[in-house]
Amino acid sequence: MDGAQAIITTLDKLGIEYIFGYSGGAALPIFDALETVDSNIKFILSRHEQGACHMADGYARATGKPAAVLVTSGPGAGNTITGIMTAQMDSIPMLIITGQQVTWMLGKDAFQEADTFGITIPVVKHNVLVRETNALPKAIKEAYHIATTGRPGPVLIDVPKNVSQDPFTGDLDPEIDLPGYKPEISFTIDSASVDAAAELISHAKRPLILAGHGAMIAGAEAELMQLATTLNCPVTNTLLGKGVFPEAHDLALGMLGMHGTAYANKAVCECDLLINVGSRFDDRIIGQADKFCSGAKIIHIDIDPSEIGKMIRTDVAIIGDAKVALTQLNEKIAPLETTDWLATLDGYKKKFPLGYRKQGGLRMQQVLDEIYQLTGGDAVVTTDVGQHQMWAAQFYKTAAPFDWISSGGAGTMGFGFPAAIGAQFGRPGKTVIAVVGDGGYQMTLCELATAALHKLPVKILVLNNHYLGMVRQWQELFFDNRESGVDLEGNPDFVKLAEAYGVKGFNIKRPADVGKILQKALDYNDGPCVINVECIKTENVFPMIPAGATLEEMLIEPPKHKMAKPVGST
Amino acid sequence: MSQTIVTTDTKLPPRPDILGGHTLSMLVNNQPGVLMRICQVFARRAYNLDSVVVSKGRDPQFSRLTLGISGDPAGLDQIIKQCTKLIDVIHCYEHQEAHSVTKELTLIKILCAPTERAEILQVLEHFNAKTVDLTETSMVAMVSGDSDKVDAAVQLLSKFEIIETVRTGKVVMARGDTAT
Ligand SMILES: Cc1ncc(C[n+]2csc(CCOP(=O)(O)OP(=O)(O)O)c2C)c(N)n1
Repeated sequence: MDGAQAIITTLDKLGIEYIFGYSGGAALPIFDALETVDSNIKFILSRHEQGACHMADGYARATGKPAAVLVTSGPGAGNTITGIMTAQMDSIPMLIITGQQVTWMLGKDAFQEADTFGITIPVVKHNVLVRETNALPKAIKEAYHIATTGRPGPVLIDVPKNVSQDPFTGDLDPEIDLPGYKPEISFTIDSASVDAAAELISHAKRPLILAGHGAMIAGAEAELMQLATTLNCPVTNTLLGKGVFPEAHDLALGMLGMHGTAYANKAVCECDLLINVGSRFDDRIIGQADKFCSGAKIIHIDIDPSEIGKMIRTDVAIIGDAKVALTQLNEKIAPLETTDWLATLDGYKKKFPLGYRKQGGLRMQQVLDEIYQLTGGDAVVTTDVGQHQMWAAQFYKTAAPFDWISSGGAGTMGFGFPAAIGAQFGRPGKTVIAVVGDGGYQMTLCELATAALHKLPVKILVLNNHYLGMVRQWQELFFDNRESGVDLEGNPDFVKLAEAYGVKGFNIKRPADVGKILQKALDYNDGPCVINVECIKTENVFPMIPAGATLEEMLIEPPKHKMAKPVGST
Repeated sequence: MSQTIVTTDTKLPPRPDILGGHTLSMLVNNQPGVLMRICQVFARRAYNLDSVVVSKGRDPQFSRLTLGISGDPAGLDQIIKQCTKLIDVIHCYEHQEAHSVTKELTLIKILCAPTERAEILQVLEHFNAKTVDLTETSMVAMVSGDSDKVDAAVQLLSKFEIIETVRTGKVVMARGDTAT
């Protein structure tokens, strides 16, 4: 057995089902081991290393299990950076194995040598450069452990070619040894903090639960439901928290934040207690940090101590796994009298519903609304980044955990389609819909070949406004409508392009055709299909809280006066 | 311009480069690249490392790291948590002066003619310092102790021609019988 075979054997033992990747010189021994080792691992060849990462990412978000990425050194490793960063920002487990130049050439600018270890430190949960063949199984086991426990994240293992090629004579099942990493402590919760939280809750008149991705990762959906229904407490969710509490539930307010629902943002402004379960108070949801929830007490449940107080002051912090924390909290709470509070919020729901004009052309909102109606929420939806993403978050009410996949922290264009491929591999029987803009889709559409080859029935819904719509919106609102670098003149015919890959294509041009053609696409399961929807070019997403403004300054409809440039983060 | 008189027990005004200076002590895995990870945590948040002392721990699996840092005090707690979060960091503490012993060592190379030697030696004696190298034209002195004392020695010797100084940076240990 050589080092490469030890790698594949170890990954197989860990239960890794898929490796997404792209071959190359420094990874040759490992690619060879994929052929020579008898394992259950399936290798999927992407058309770009970034795509491979997003596939592994989508697989993990759709199943809760990690996948691996295997690429070569230098440019291969370099092409993974955006994908790794995307996973890191959203706490997604992933193992990335990169080939590397032989150890005696490191530091000598050898062919396709790059300091992958150094380059990736800021975008991984952890990484290692393995210098000894016999150390490979331990490095991989530790990487898997780190990636999948505590707050999950990507872990990269850089393997020089001689290390993978040399004979392996070590232990295939070594003990892991990580004295600085103790994720098991997150299952022990300080009961004093739970008592303090229960005490705050007992006095609340207008409580609000903020459900984040952490609650989903912990698998705390049942405990969250119990908390909400026991307290009669409304629930808002973050972009990544979509599905951890069913958005069609009576107590659900949908997404909050920059493009969240008006009623969710109003609830944040008016609540007297915010119970944050597993959200890191991202700047997209808090607006101006020191004015956020200024009149309310705040309980923050997070597995990562460094998130406590990072953005927002807290009155009570519960550090640990959300499922364990909520189980303990639920034992200490009693129903609250919230009838008036819920009535107030219902009033906001009626007064400021999500909506769109049905005349004057085809709008993305209509398409997303109809796809929600047609699927009844029973699908995995991935999105790219931009206006279509925000409208999808608003109009597609996610029903269950792991059914909504979107790049939140990184906002990575090009994510949506390859993530859908990964999700479809992970959940073969499920309807998977990739909602993408014409801009982001073109960043990774080479993966059409991958989807076509494997006959994955992914529905690629291209919401085509011939613009980098979200950027154009900001230019219209804050830069006197001076368009700069946003016109996607030169777009291909997406249906013809799909056909060139042997992929089925549909065009939607009229509002009246939306339901009918979407249904055809949903019924087509012989392989991927592309649905190109010609949308109004200059529609804007509302509600909107300009970056860095307070939630009170939310724009529910287009402003009548000229807006100042936002002061907040991008 | 009036000249400030410096003696061994004069508290010097804080140096601008250690304004808001804090000392962190870490136990980390003794592996290549660990320092790189830690430095990135500080650089990203605009903290300056005033001094870095790394030494092998008693258990060679670990290294001991003492960092003198300056930057926004409000972010310090966050930085400590971010460092603690690194897989290779076993622990990270801030050392409060009152509860710890903080020392540093400095080598000072001075250009000195034989006629100046006596006066320099007198200063050095006052600071319990030693000469560790001596030539016809120069001398290397070694001063150790609290940072203030080292600062004072350097300042007093500045009336002679100092060629260069090298400081180890602070090393810190908590007082009492507990291990960190
Ligand atoms: C890789 C990357 N580059 C640039 C951006 C900045 N950006 C955010 S949204 C957006 C426009 C997206 O346009 P499109 O994909 O057509 O979607 P739309 O907003 O029109 O729905 C851009 C350029 C980004 N998020 N990611």
